[in-house]
Amino acid sequence: MTHWTILPIVVPALTAALIVLLARQDLVLQRFLSVLSALAVFVISVGLVVHATGNPPYSYELGNWPAPFGIVLVLDRLSAAMVLVTMLLVLAVLIYSFAGWDKRGRHFHALFQFQIMGINGAFLTGDLFNLFVFFEVLLIASYGLMLHGSGATRLKSGMQYVVVNLMGSSLFLVAMALLYGVTGTLNMADLALRVGQVESGNLALVQVGALLLLTVFAIKAALVPLHFWLPATYAAAAAPVAALFAIMTKVGGYSILRVYTLIFGEHAGDIAWIAQDWIMPAALVTLVVGMFGVMAGRSLRDLICFSVIGSMGTLMVAFALFNEAAVSAGLYYMVHSTFIAGALFLIAEMVINGRSDGQDTLAFGLPLHREALLSGLFFLAAIGMVGMPPLSGFVGKLLILDGATGTPYVAWIWVVILSTSLFNIIGFSRAGSILFWKSQAEAASQSGPSVPMESVSRKDNGHGPESGLGISSAAFLLGLIGLLTAFSGPVSQYFDTTAAQLLDGRPYIEAVLGSDALVESGFGSSPEADGMEDGLGEEGDMQ
Amino acid sequence: MEMLVSSGIGLIAACGVYLLLRGRTFPVILGLTLLSHAVNLVLFSMGRLNVGLPPIISKDATGYADPLPQALVLTAIVIAFGMTALAVVLALRGYLETGEDSINATRSETAEQRDPS
Repeated sequence: MTHWTILPIVVPALTAALIVLLARQDLVLQRFLSVLSALAVFVISVGLVVHATGNPPYSYELGNWPAPFGIVLVLDRLSAAMVLVTMLLVLAVLIYSFAGWDKRGRHFHALFQFQIMGINGAFLTGDLFNLFVFFEVLLIASYGLMLHGSGATRLKSGMQYVVVNLMGSSLFLVAMALLYGVTGTLNMADLALRVGQVESGNLALVQVGALLLLTVFAIKAALVPLHFWLPATYAAAAAPVAALFAIMTKVGGYSILRVYTLIFGEHAGDIAWIAQDWIMPAALVTLVVGMFGVMAGRSLRDLICFSVIGSMGTLMVAFALFNEAAVSAGLYYMVHSTFIAGALFLIAEMVINGRSDGQDTLAFGLPLHREALLSGLFFLAAIGMVGMPPLSGFVGKLLILDGATGTPYVAWIWVVILSTSLFNIIGFSRAGSILFWKSQAEAASQSGPSVPMESVSRKDNGHGPESGLGISSAAFLLGLIGLLTAFSGPVSQYFDTTAAQLLDGRPYIEAVLGSDALVESGFGSSPEADGMEDGLGEEGDMQ
Repeated sequence: MEMLVSSGIGLIAACGVYLLLRGRTFPVILGLTLLSHAVNLVLFSMGRLNVGLPPIISKDATGYADPLPQALVLTAIVIAFGMTALAVVLALRGYLETGEDSINATRSETAEQRDPS
């Protein structure tokens, strides 16, 4: 187990360098290296999940510097699962990009590998400053990918995306400076021990740091009111890039979950669960705003972007409860929404390319090329996104509703989630019926059935639905959704234990700093802290 | 000294935020630069403000300066510098392609949306 933990970061980094240095001119070699690296990291991540399932968290000390002084990577159930989810999405998106997107500009594959490196690093790191660095790595790569195959629209929304994220990075640094100034450490496990012991005069500084950090993660997770960058960015980005970005909002969600359970969790003394009061209303409003966006969306991509915002809202509602059942449900829903958002972005582009005018406005048009297949895929993906049975979106929402029972927020959560689901269904069925059903009727009434399909001029950009690659990668993601549904029992069991591990926090700290530090600091053993645990940790079990 | 440094940082940050809220890319980039300056100073001063203290262990030292914030600031400077360069190039490309220096959606952009190339 010694060096496996760092491989999901190192392998893409080296591959990216190789692609830039050796294979700059050779697209086939680039594709080969890219897939090889993705497959290798995928296999490694399966191994990491298997290891994390049976073992306590494992801490990897970079350069062998002992824990609070050097940087650590921590492999626990959550980070292993997140890396695996990332790699599954990456494989699908990579296959899709072979259908033509990677030809449209240089360095697609190199940027793609750097993006993987940043995402995996953000999931694995156990150091707050290192988290900042990996955020920057993934953002810098995403700036490049966002502008890939550029155009004026993409440049404008790219500029907004860059400015918003640079602002976020500045806030991240301020938050970190405050936390470091008071506690003298940036190691997450060490911070968890020291935040509870901060003297009351400095508490306000820690509080400001914690909430600034929350703002930064909320920008990444696109929580209202910090969601404005998302629709413009995702709608303007190329389909494979937008599909890959489906995991980026989850990086924000992951960071919130990690930092506010470990550092500002039940052992943080006066500022325990500081995030809850802020995330819960923001998440509920996010859900509502997302679903109104779905209702109001004028194009297919708008619709999907706002449904992504809505699903982030659902996710954060679950996380903000900070009890075991809800966090586990949120993690299950997170996996689901990553795959389904990826699939929807891919399908949307194939639908748009298949339309005679190549536009994604929701208006009547001529029949699509390969209409039956595409509409079938869209139908399945839409069912998954709105959370109707039988797919995993339904299971996830059910688990979240179940996790909310017995908490003070239960009425709000049930009302908002159930009513927004209805809006979501209406929005997607409106889009589907306009795109797939009314198209034929309209075409028949306007120009008669005599217009042959082939005479319709279709934008030939080399990656249309004609290529089986696009269809198969979308089908792959939907297949994963199918598996997630079929094996929802084992998967949610895995996440139950993950949530328990997260909310406890002690195994993580013990792995990083050793059990002596845990005992010395009296972490989690003071009667006050235990009282908090009873109050908050077991709410989910009360029913 | 604390008062002087903190009010200086505050002033720079305020100017940065003001410029960030402008509608054109050039002031926004300047604002980002100022803001990242302010942030670097915050990070730096979190190691406490000392004069003439050694950062590494020596026998005749009376106290130490914290070396970690300096390392953090170095990383932050590199990242902010690279990002500013990227933002400048982006703004320039945007200006050359649309003929405007505005951050928001423009007339030429909506035209482009109607007929993407």
